[in-house]
Amino acid sequence: MTRISVTVDGVDYSDEVEPRTLLVHYLREQLGKTGTVVGCDTSNCGACTVHLDGRSVKSCNVLAVQADGHDVTTIEGLAKDGELHPMQQAFHDCHALQCGYCTPGMIMQAIDVLNDTPDPSEEQIRVGLEGNLCRCTGYHNIVKAVQQAAGAGATTGSSAGTTSGSTLGGEPV
Amino acid sequence: MIPASFDYVAPTSVADALAALAEAGDDAKVLAGGQSLLPILRMRLNAPEKVIDLGRIEELKGVSEDGDHVVIGAMTTYADVLASDLVRQHAGLLTDAIAEVADPQIRHRGTVGGALVHADPAGDVGAPALALETEFVITGSGGERTVAAADFFQDLFETAVGEGELLTAIRVPKHTGWGHRYEKFVRVSHQWSIVAVAATVRVDGGTIAEARIGLTNMGSTPLRATAVEQALVGKAATDEAVREACAAAAEGTNPPSDLNGDSDYRRHLATVLARRAVLAAAGA
Repeated sequence: MTRISVTVDGVDYSDEVEPRTLLVHYLREQLGKTGTVVGCDTSNCGACTVHLDGRSVKSCNVLAVQADGHDVTTIEGLAKDGELHPMQQAFHDCHALQCGYCTPGMIMQAIDVLNDTPDPSEEQIRVGLEGNLCRCTGYHNIVKAVQQAAGAGATTGSSAGTTSGSTLGGEPV
Repeated sequence: MIPASFDYVAPTSVADALAALAEAGDDAKVLAGGQSLLPILRMRLNAPEKVIDLGRIEELKGVSEDGDHVVIGAMTTYADVLASDLVRQHAGLLTDAIAEVADPQIRHRGTVGGALVHADPAGDVGAPALALETEFVITGSGGERTVAAADFFQDLFETAVGEGELLTAIRVPKHTGWGHRYEKFVRVSHQWSIVAVAATVRVDGGTIAEARIGLTNMGSTPLRATAVEQALVGKAATDEAVREACAAAAEGTNPPSDLNGDSDYRRHLATVLARRAVLAAAGA
């Protein structure tokens, strides 16, 4: 086992993990953050996308030990004080989902796209989301949602600093 | 899918990484960005006893300038190379190719050095590195040695990096002012190249003065299309002249046959993509 210290959604955690533990499994099973889902488990689909130090990564393709000392933001860390993040709101407004399974990863990657390109063209949105697959093929409304969020200035999805000093390990779900 | 158990060490210097490698010997795998290695471990195609993570070695990260070369640390991510003005200005072919690697999430984690040592012939970094006559800096317990691109790729997933050694940097000769284009053919977004062609050319008064062409997935290693390079010299950058020269793009190759296309199809693709890449690189 290896001890890691990670900030997740603004909260500090210190936990023992097996080196082979994938970041997504650490988030879901040790921290109970099941908002981040496992889709394909082959690093193709992007459903497990989170931000690591403010950049999008596929959390099924990162070891938890690699996140030691770093800052993770998941879909669960976006809403503030009961207010949806503008990208979440835009997905809601535009009905940018059908079954919803790809949505957590889509939203995290969409925020990354706007961080890089605050005023993207439709093509830049589609290319920016190329690592995220929607099996319902609901891309049309997803693109609309990103366009709406861009208009609302929905950048910087990553949490802005630590908000609590809890150092307890993640509780089993 | 969960990898088999392994011990993990994350050294913070090249010296410590080499020591860890020497101690673990054959039972260790080196982890760079992990975007190819982690899927391999998850599918249990490999089950090393020890994983040596280079991710905390700051001296292996970053892009710098050294005279006529751009030096890229082996642990520099694709995203950081893409963002580098030095690379864009002096080795634009590499920027073009890296923009086509996988997807943004993978490019945030994957590293140039990791991709080159993994040496998948369908990967997008090998062909431009070869075409640009990149020098590979390999470090072992005895110190540093530099290997020419032509000697680096040895076979399928095999490079000149020996046991107990690490690729620490690549030195890319500046091709300032050269035109460049990476033409990648895939059926599905963010997938491996079925075939791709990396072309960089120096045009002087409408005539191609020099050309360097690399081929992706046309054999067990990245390849140079030397026949095309020679045929292009002195030719006008016109569709007809370039088409004629690029007819030799598949000469000396041994492309695979698989569900994406058989060998002959890839040979044909190489000529088409070479023509497109050279014309775009020449600004024609």
